[in-house]
Amino acid sequence: MPALIEVKDLKKEYVNDEVVTPVLFGLSFKVEPGEFVAIMGPSGSGKSTLMHILGFLDTLTSGQYFFKGRDVSNLDLDELARIRNEEVGFVFQAFYLLPKTTVYDNVKLPLLYSNAKNQDELVRQAIKEVNLEHRIHAFSNQLSGGEKQRVAIARALVNNSSIIFADEPTGNLDSKSGNAIMEILEDLNDDGHTIILVTHESDTARHAKRIIKIVDGLISENYVVDQRRSAKNGGELRK
Amino acid sequence: MKLTDTIKLSFSVLRTNKVRSFLTGLGIIIGIAAVIVIMSAGAGAQSLIVNQLNSIGTNLIGVLPGASDENGPPASAMGVIVTTLKYDDALAIAKEVPNVVAVSSYNTGIGTLSWQNNNVDATYYGVMSSYIQVEDTAVAQGRFFTDDEDQASSRVVVLGYHVAQDLFQDQNPLNQKIKINKEFFEVIGVMEKRGVSGFQNNDNIVLIPSQAAQKIMLGINYVNFIRVKVNSSDNIGRATSDIRLLLRDRHNLQESKIDDFNVRNTVDAIKTLSTIMDSLKFFLVAIASISLLVGGIGVMNIMLAAVNDRVREIGLRQAVGARRLDIMIQFLAESVTVTLLGGIIGIAIGAFISFLVAAIARYLGYNWDLIISPLSIALGFGVAFVVGLVFGIYPASKAAKFNSIEALRYE
Repeated sequence: MPALIEVKDLKKEYVNDEVVTPVLFGLSFKVEPGEFVAIMGPSGSGKSTLMHILGFLDTLTSGQYFFKGRDVSNLDLDELARIRNEEVGFVFQAFYLLPKTTVYDNVKLPLLYSNAKNQDELVRQAIKEVNLEHRIHAFSNQLSGGEKQRVAIARALVNNSSIIFADEPTGNLDSKSGNAIMEILEDLNDDGHTIILVTHESDTARHAKRIIKIVDGLISENYVVDQRRSAKNGGELRK
Repeated sequence: MKLTDTIKLSFSVLRTNKVRSFLTGLGIIIGIAAVIVIMSAGAGAQSLIVNQLNSIGTNLIGVLPGASDENGPPASAMGVIVTTLKYDDALAIAKEVPNVVAVSSYNTGIGTLSWQNNNVDATYYGVMSSYIQVEDTAVAQGRFFTDDEDQASSRVVVLGYHVAQDLFQDQNPLNQKIKINKEFFEVIGVMEKRGVSGFQNNDNIVLIPSQAAQKIMLGINYVNFIRVKVNSSDNIGRATSDIRLLLRDRHNLQESKIDDFNVRNTVDAIKTLSTIMDSLKFFLVAIASISLLVGGIGVMNIMLAAVNDRVREIGLRQAVGARRLDIMIQFLAESVTVTLLGGIIGIAIGAFISFLVAAIARYLGYNWDLIISPLSIALGFGVAFVVGLVFGIYPASKAAKFNSIEALRYE
């Protein structure tokens, strides 16, 4: 069975007015289905760029990206959109809920762009998984920060995505709400969901089972939490 | 994205921003309402004029003195005095042209009528004894003058209904001597109530013999115009050309010379007027369309502002799988929804104003029809849809071109 994600020598550079800014310098690693991986690194290290590429929001400059064994390095925009819709869920630091819109409609958003059947059932199931059934008709502006992030998680789940990308999901929350969110993510992982967490906080990252540290566009560490082993999952350890 | 979801989403966005949506559509509302009102008022006016011409009769031929060409009406109709048309021309038409039922020449003048201490200003018409048949009217009291009285320039007068009332109040006007300007005339009849025809109130005129008008009142030997009644509107074309040939012959016009008179019938007049009214109507609609253009630019402006306000939303939609086309269709649907709703409101307001115009016109005594054609409503919808589409394309394509990562980071 192929890895869920496998990148080989992934490089990314931005070109702006003929000025080339390299961000990622050749990353190689794998993520297996059901893993909970934290990508850590200081600000500007390239971790968000990596998440955008892995989440099909951006494309790589060179190297290879295999998703479920398929080379997805050079897809067009519409194909990327389709994969995002069918395979990926995002949880962002700033929640990004639609304003003046109910919990139900916010969670349903990805389904507007899919042909999934039983949409109502899917939406209600996703809301149930984050324990927000009682707030299903509440408007996004009536929710607390923690509730907003739970709605965002439900939205990431609703399309039965293969993988959830969480970009600093606790960044805008107090520690109690933050912990609650991380526990939900852990529970989801226990249920078999693959999760990639991007964070610069070790406290948040400790919920993950594996940590990939990026510094200056290179992987500096790739280890399983507790055992601190590297390269077990196909990653390279660079320091 | 399904069409139903797109439409639901558009309405939900409009509901969320009610005031902005209303202001966005306001230009369209005004523009469409203006188009509806202009088309309705134009059709109403056209129907009024055509009805009035029809009420005169579709078997009438008018002969005006002076030449006419394609470029305009005869000089006499423009106020120039032309003396080529004579009383004898009218007699000849009556005698020689087939299918002619009745003929009358017309001379007009303004006079002050006085009886005892009462004075009334009125237009007097010098007409022939067949006037009653030509105008399809009748005398309510007394009688009309005879052919002999006309030939003899008799000083007799038939009063219009209102003139009789104003001058004599409750008293019997028959056989009374009245003065028109300084000349005495004997009242021999009062016309029935006739109302407004064309642009003249026929109850405010008085009728005297044609010869009396020419010789006693005006001191001239020509007529202002001649009206000819034909037995059927089917024969009107034939009669028109017969009259023309007869008058050319009577006026000794060589082949190289153009007519010194002009023969027109009501059928042609209705056609000409309808053409003019149509052109005028569409010219006015074109002017009203400028407001639609301005409204469309307003739609584009506010949609651009909406796109800028919703950059993050666009980024989010892209992140969860919206394609560029989905984003484009969503914003296009919003602008089209705004303009279509504006169109519906505009049509309703336009119809209401048209109803008011018709009600006021009827109150003022005009036989005004309220005409809101399906074409104008279809046009209103069509224009609203096209404006929404055309002026929504730029903002929608701008929205579709956002990069999702940058859009999500947009502050």
